[in-house]
Amino acid sequence: INHIVHNGGLYKRPFNEAFEETPMLVAVLTYVGYGVLTLFGYLRDFMRQWKIEKCQNATEREEQKDFVPLYQDFENFYNRNLYMRIRDSWNRPICSVPGAKVDMMERVSHDYNWTFTYTGRVIKGIINMGSYNYLGFAQKEGTCQEAAAKVLSQYGAGVCSTRQEMGNLDKHEELEKLVARFLGVESAMAYGMGFATNSMNIPALVGKGCLILSDELNHASLVLGARLSGATIRIFKHNNMQSLEKLLKDAIVHGQPRTRRPWKKILILVEGIYSMEGSIVRLPEVIALKKKYKSYLYLDEAHSIGALGPNGRGVVDYFGLNPEDVDVMMGTFTKSFGAAGGYIGGKKELIDYLRTYSHSAVYATSMSPPVVEQIITSMKCIMGEDGTTVGKARVQQLAENTRYFRRRLKEMGFIIYGNEDSPVVPLMLYMPAKIGAFGREMLKRNIGVVVVGFPATPIIESRARFCLSAAHTKEMLDTALKEVDEVGDLLQLKYSRHRLVPLLDRPFDETTYEETED
Amino acid sequence: VCNGVIIIFLTKILFEQCLFSPLQEKEELIEEWQPEPLVPPVSKDHPALNYNLVSGPPSHIITVNGKECINFASFNFLGLLDNEKVKSAAQASLKKYGVGTCGPRGFYGTFDVHLELEERLAKFMRTEEAIIYSYGFATIASAIPAYSKRGDIVFVDEAACFAIQKGLQASRSNIKLFKHNDMADLERLLKEQEIEDQKNPRKARVTRRFIVVEGLYMNTGDICPLPELIKLKYKYKVRIFLEESLSFGVLGEHGRGITEHFGINIDDIDLISANMENSLASIGGFCCGRSFIIDHQRLSGQGYCFSASLPPLLAAAAIEALNIMEDNPGIFQTLRAKCERIHKALQGISGLKVVGESFSPALHLQLEESHGSRENDVNLLKRVVDYCMSSGIALTQARYLEKEEKCLPPPSIRVVVTVEQTEQELDRAASLLKEAAQSVLN
Repeated sequence: INHIVHNGGLYKRPFNEAFEETPMLVAVLTYVGYGVLTLFGYLRDFMRQWKIEKCQNATEREEQKDFVPLYQDFENFYNRNLYMRIRDSWNRPICSVPGAKVDMMERVSHDYNWTFTYTGRVIKGIINMGSYNYLGFAQKEGTCQEAAAKVLSQYGAGVCSTRQEMGNLDKHEELEKLVARFLGVESAMAYGMGFATNSMNIPALVGKGCLILSDELNHASLVLGARLSGATIRIFKHNNMQSLEKLLKDAIVHGQPRTRRPWKKILILVEGIYSMEGSIVRLPEVIALKKKYKSYLYLDEAHSIGALGPNGRGVVDYFGLNPEDVDVMMGTFTKSFGAAGGYIGGKKELIDYLRTYSHSAVYATSMSPPVVEQIITSMKCIMGEDGTTVGKARVQQLAENTRYFRRRLKEMGFIIYGNEDSPVVPLMLYMPAKIGAFGREMLKRNIGVVVVGFPATPIIESRARFCLSAAHTKEMLDTALKEVDEVGDLLQLKYSRHRLVPLLDRPFDETTYEETED
Repeated sequence: VCNGVIIIFLTKILFEQCLFSPLQEKEELIEEWQPEPLVPPVSKDHPALNYNLVSGPPSHIITVNGKECINFASFNFLGLLDNEKVKSAAQASLKKYGVGTCGPRGFYGTFDVHLELEERLAKFMRTEEAIIYSYGFATIASAIPAYSKRGDIVFVDEAACFAIQKGLQASRSNIKLFKHNDMADLERLLKEQEIEDQKNPRKARVTRRFIVVEGLYMNTGDICPLPELIKLKYKYKVRIFLEESLSFGVLGEHGRGITEHFGINIDDIDLISANMENSLASIGGFCCGRSFIIDHQRLSGQGYCFSASLPPLLAAAAIEALNIMEDNPGIFQTLRAKCERIHKALQGISGLKVVGESFSPALHLQLEESHGSRENDVNLLKRVVDYCMSSGIALTQARYLEKEEKCLPPPSIRVVVTVEQTEQELDRAASLLKEAAQSVLN
């Protein structure tokens, strides 16, 4: 689906994004599946209440039995009856570096996942398609690790103070200058946790009387930050520019609800790559809209920094745009840099304001020095400043892996969501039983995948998510693809009917991404 | 009824059509609208803008802005920041796991070090289970909204730290503040709530109630009266959440915090939350308590589910720090003795008063009387701090976000005591502060 012709040539390259519609039969069967599970859930709850079946979850203290119950029975219904059945697909403990191949601790459950015991055995050499290791910097040897080891022996592991008090080390200042240079912005500030970067800085930027326009599928940290700020929040349909434009027009024309006063500012919250859908934000159009309606753009590049773009500089680099057009560029160091933490980059006034008024600078401990050193070394490697071409090679390897893997999966007949260039590959499973089955079958074949269901995704659209890495060699990808093919045949996951009709040259309306023939 | 609904709907649409401005007017409105700048300008000499630059490790002897000083500002209570054993444990972990974990706990981000640390913390605090967060601020700020929702009631002390305030804001519950450490005020609020409950017993049966207090308060340096709180808990059926960031590793015979200090059964406290960034000299935080309570956070703690896990080298550093704490229970007594010493030595400085318990390692020095506005006070204290820094004692002012705090504490200088400070250094710091106060405030 090429969009080069649309929007006056804003896109310099084809933007191929597709979300194939759920086949009707599969949707019906999924609902039936959930219905059966719910019925059984009620039956088991009834049996537990009447002591026919032993109740295995932890209970309240005897002395506190007459307190108001801490959890409502209904809240935990899903947890007790559906999540418990397939709980072994998550929280799998590993005991090696989370690189392309990982070692997992074997655990078994003798009571249907209520408790786990570790057998002591370690399953070695599992191909890791679940860790966010896009550029392969999760390594236990190499220049990054050596530099971090040196800094650890010199500075120690902790800091014990906040940035504004006594926690501002020279390493932090070095990191911030480097990040600003990497992104192409005037100035940057780094924080200890990516989640906290969003939830503590959005309230510092907007407050009551401001408007936040947030994408439907934004991450929990953006939603929390928006709620804590006290501004009015309006949601636009996922990656849908018509919906966004309509909201912007209405907001400026009608002003605040009830009082009709004009809004103080409008902030648009989008992400670079949406990790559950694998879609990339339509950045050229968003920037065009932002300029037309004089609003501000907050771009969360948690997954896209390092993973997209010919130079690894993120979604702005991918579209060939000017980084100064984005007012607030936020990202995390956890995914592509193999460390932890987040950053915000932008104009000098913005960063000075954040240095003074950000909640994190005043109340939260600053970043640990070896982690900072890991980011510095890996960032220099990506930029090519360490004198090698390793960084550039990794960025290219990731792009090749992405295209190859997606193409092969689509050819096999799976329904794959998202953009062709995104290293996050969601493979649709739909039915609740297949969630658990897929995870377990792949583990039997020594491949570690991530499966996600409700509530992270809509109830019938559960999926398996592959995260590609520059550390994956072609052999590893081929092995993984072969196993996925086998399991797909075993579980009948090849739903795709390959009936994607390219859109005609007309502006599309709000309801469809593409049309399928029936 | 359906017809009525359709008629109402049609009239609403027609009504809105009439109010719709014609297209050209809309364009004009869009042209005319001017937003505020994204951020207001910050003046160059705002006191919070120019950070102190620390070159090198923030240990006992610290190089601030180029000058070597003795560190009285970092919360390194047990001196574990530059402990060789801790560093070598972290090095071993770095060689085995690399730096980052590349994923949240649910998706291949759970390492055996995390599980070990959780087990060790639970065993140390003598509770059933513990859960680790990768950021100290996020610990209590994610724990409170996991249990307390819209419609629930939380009684919180006025002097609660900012992280607790953010947790309460995220939970959307009804917040009732009681005066700092005033049990009579708390009881009054609880009685009022009881009367409300009798009016509406159905609602009362589903409204959860919590009390959130800190062991040692960061903002005032004093201790909460836990035994009275336990009595109130059972009398009014309220759950207690205890935030022990400053008291973990400080109070109690073995460093287990305020419950050991007062000799209270740990099961009486529903949830204990602490960060590992003070005594344990690492990064992150943990919550501990009964499995019934802690297990819930594994699916509803936002900072746990939606964020990457703690880097393994920091977890290994925390485990080694715990080992040291368990092997040398004498350091807690040493720390408390040093706190008493400096508390006594700082009494009687003209113009400054000491705020905090005598055994609290984080004290505040506030101005005895305000010199006009908060800005003036802050500037005066800054001059005191600068005087001390130029003579080799590193101090800092306690920083707050003035517009966001519910009950803003008065400006103060933070004095932090660690086990590494010798008695001469403590005496020197006290005498230097006396000198500084003399020269600046008179």
